[in-house]
Amino acid sequence: MSAFFAPFLNKPDSVSQIMFKVLLALIPGIALYVWYFGPAILVSITLASITALATEAAMLKLRDRPIAPFLKDNSALLTAWLLALSIPPLAPWWMVVVGTAFAISVSKHLYGGLGNNPFNPAMIGYAVLIISFPVHMTHWITPHGLGQVELSFIDQLGYIFGGALPPNVTLDAVTMATPLDTLKTHLHLDEHVNQILDMPIYGRLAGQGSEMVAWGFLLGGLYLLASRIISWHIPVAYLGTLLLTSGIFHLADPAHYVTPLFHWFSGAAMIGAFFILTDPVTSPTTQKGKLIFAAMAGLITYLIRAFGGFPDGIAFATLLMNICVPLIDAWTQPPVFGNKETKP
Amino acid sequence: MLSALLVMAAIAIVLGAVLGFAAIKFRVQGNPLVDKIDAVLPQTQCGQCGFPGCKPYATAIAAGEATINKCPPGGEEGIQKLADLLGVDPIPFGGDTQPKPKSVAFIDENTCIGCTLCIQACPVDAIAGAAKQMHTIVAAECTGCELCVAPCPVDCISMLPIEEQITNWKWRYPVYPIQAAA
Amino acid sequence: MRTLHKFHGGVHPPTHKAESTRTPIAQAAIPSKLVISLHQHVGGRAKPIVQVGERVLKGQKIGLSQGRQSSGVHASTSGTVTAIDMQLVAHPSGLPDLCITIVPDGKDEWIEHSGADLKNTPHSELRHKLRKAGVVGLGGAVFPSDLKADAHRHKITTLVLNGAECEPYITCDDMLMRERAADILSGAELLRELLQAEEVLIGIEDNKPEAIAAMKRAIQDGRHERMEAIPVPTMYPSGGAKQLIRILTGIEVAHGVRSTEMGVQCFNVATAYSVWRALAHGEPLISRVVTVTGNVERAQNYEVLIGTPVNELVALAGNKPDTDRYIMGGPMMGVNLPAATVGVIKATNCIIAMSDALFPPAPPALPCIRCTRCADVCPAELQPQELYWFAKAKEFGKAQQYHLFDCIECGACSYVCPSHIPLVQYYTFAKSEIRARAEEKRNADRARERHEFREYRVEREKQEKAEKLAAKEKAAKEQAIKTQLASESALTETGAARPLETVQPEAALPKE
Repeated sequence: MSAFFAPFLNKPDSVSQIMFKVLLALIPGIALYVWYFGPAILVSITLASITALATEAAMLKLRDRPIAPFLKDNSALLTAWLLALSIPPLAPWWMVVVGTAFAISVSKHLYGGLGNNPFNPAMIGYAVLIISFPVHMTHWITPHGLGQVELSFIDQLGYIFGGALPPNVTLDAVTMATPLDTLKTHLHLDEHVNQILDMPIYGRLAGQGSEMVAWGFLLGGLYLLASRIISWHIPVAYLGTLLLTSGIFHLADPAHYVTPLFHWFSGAAMIGAFFILTDPVTSPTTQKGKLIFAAMAGLITYLIRAFGGFPDGIAFATLLMNICVPLIDAWTQPPVFGNKETKP
Repeated sequence: MLSALLVMAAIAIVLGAVLGFAAIKFRVQGNPLVDKIDAVLPQTQCGQCGFPGCKPYATAIAAGEATINKCPPGGEEGIQKLADLLGVDPIPFGGDTQPKPKSVAFIDENTCIGCTLCIQACPVDAIAGAAKQMHTIVAAECTGCELCVAPCPVDCISMLPIEEQITNWKWRYPVYPIQAAA
Repeated sequence: MRTLHKFHGGVHPPTHKAESTRTPIAQAAIPSKLVISLHQHVGGRAKPIVQVGERVLKGQKIGLSQGRQSSGVHASTSGTVTAIDMQLVAHPSGLPDLCITIVPDGKDEWIEHSGADLKNTPHSELRHKLRKAGVVGLGGAVFPSDLKADAHRHKITTLVLNGAECEPYITCDDMLMRERAADILSGAELLRELLQAEEVLIGIEDNKPEAIAAMKRAIQDGRHERMEAIPVPTMYPSGGAKQLIRILTGIEVAHGVRSTEMGVQCFNVATAYSVWRALAHGEPLISRVVTVTGNVERAQNYEVLIGTPVNELVALAGNKPDTDRYIMGGPMMGVNLPAATVGVIKATNCIIAMSDALFPPAPPALPCIRCTRCADVCPAELQPQELYWFAKAKEFGKAQQYHLFDCIECGACSYVCPSHIPLVQYYTFAKSEIRARAEEKRNADRARERHEFREYRVEREKQEKAEKLAAKEKAAKEQAIKTQLASESALTETGAARPLETVQPEAALPKE
């Protein structure tokens, strides 16, 4: 005997498939990442994946829950990939492990596991790392063709796992700050936007290489939209608000504020808009709520980027807005069938 | 110094007057807490709590003279509701007070001698009958308090658990594989 | 061209309707016994009016309607009543209910019956005839039709005839419309007359082109005025009464509002057919068209006597050996039958034979990930994920606040849930808990009232006794004084004491 409950038909979808499609949608971005920055990112993704699955299994075991169905749901993998993509590829192995383990154990399982976490686990992992190891988090690989020296894959592995660079190569020679970080530093030195953007690390829209990775995530995001895994509300409201606020500042003072497109294509804006903020567990459920949530996140992102102390603002914008989700949901309950005129 | 004292005294008098006025103006008739507690209690009037009925028990709880775990007919849920209402932690039932399945009294009409003792015991007048005549329980009104069982001199009253029928059947809480393990 | 309206959400499950529409409706053979439930309708259970051993004729009334919301029950064929007892019935509880078992004699002998003079019979009389004939809604709700065919003093503009049949697998209305369109329309005319409705709109999902064509032809042939067969887009649950009314008229009937208040009434096409048979031919509702499909050799529609055991019916269609359970109704909302021997009831539109091969067991459910696919498909525009949290946590007040009772239990949310959570079961659980609690509260309030009255009565009796005693003592004293003094004045005092004894009228009692 099975199928006690109607509907008795085969269900067309499953959590594991949805998460798998999201992972799939990350592939173009990752591929471009590898193209421009080398294969080191694959190492941290693999490392994070293994850590995530191991932590997930351990936590499920500790919580006395069935392990197999939850490991198969792909949600831990997604957390791992998102976290690995938001930290520097050359980060030492223990950072990836600590961040991922914290994300899965504390921010996911201590809150009740899949579906019950109020905060985006990947962003919690990121926040923990950037607060605990701020220096490590600023050493990003220099894209191909820009650095004085380029590390071979073996050398990269050596650094990630052993912390050792080849003789006569310094860390500063193979890494750099992110385009957003560089921009901020140079603006503090009273340089003008035009001058700064002439630097070799900037490409057509934003950072050399990283702008292309953003295109990859945009592509994946469009696939998610087309396959109806996410709705348009969050990406549109998020990118729209980012465009609007950065546009206003840019128009008012182009010498000190970069263009909206720069904001769209730098940092984690694209992956944030399509992959991080859209995490269903930690975002509002109503359409109006999604718009408010994403718009506020866009605003906070811009404020942190333009006026804050951190290089990028997606993680903190996401976490801050995660707190507001229950409230937003409660306030934006739509009217039900037949009650449209009488109730708001 | 003196003026300060006077000012303080004046303020005290004014505030006292306002409070006094408010107390009279917004006076609440009766004790609302007792009524609220009474509304939560199942009204079986069974006296299992040690008080002669639900209202006295509610009064005792309101006065802090009784704990909230004395009402078996209310069940665990009743304790939870009282705990929520009073803002205290729920406490489990004590050893001998345990909830029982809801039941109604039934009089074996062949044995009944028509003594009216059960009629006098029934807290909700759910027994019909007169002296020397057979008595019957009005099942719809019976709260299952069992107060009529003890007084019966011929032990003709029994408590029958209410059986589940289509008319009173309730949908079950869905239990599915992963939930059961969770 | 009429503009159709949309309702929110909806799903497109595979329809599987072709299997059972290849052959016309067949007459199911008279079974070896009939198990006729006395609870064929919503409302009060009918009272048996026959004895065990009695011979009954086809169409003879065997259950008398009880209370306002109830309907009659009839013998589906001639035979002998062999039992009136509790039998398993087609109900999600799997609990038994009162049934009358009839062993047919094979003669299929009708009781004397005749149609009403439709022109000259007053409406109230026609409605009474519907009630006596046991005509109830055949779309699944089995609401007594005589009550629905009354506009309750509201002006009805539109009579909606529901031929949408949106659930997968079910084709009984489809086949009925293809084969008996003229009678359905005649029934619709009667309902229009009873409701004094202006227009008749017949909604049929556009995956039934034959039925639409047949109905259109019948409208033309019968010269029916202001009556239209309208193809509606195939989308589950467009056959929900509220959804179909919305599609055809644009009116949204809120929960707790009668559609008649908004000028619309809705009947199933099969109900309209039964109304015609009952009023024009005097035939009570003793048979209906049932789709037999699923794990069978020849899926088909049968005209089935009410009370026919499900296993005998499925055997006609060639039951496959690996069938291990049966569903009554469609795969979206149907109920698992507690036994294969339960009798067909008036609500039975479809029997699906199930096997694990045909309907693989659902994978284990995972926690909700708040993806809101359920909200996207909910035709009542609810937030099913919120209702699920509240029902799961037994926060019933919150669930009600989020419009739990607007849920029509269509199952669209459960169907799309990627976590495979049986959402509807949580809602039915919460609804029945809330109803039970409301009932308990009513009982408690009544018990409190009775207890308070009793306390008052006991107190009053005590007082009366005391007063009587006092009066007696006083009288005795006065008597003594009287005898001593032989005074006349004491008599009047005794008289003055009497009014205190009078019992207060009940109306003045505290009724809190």
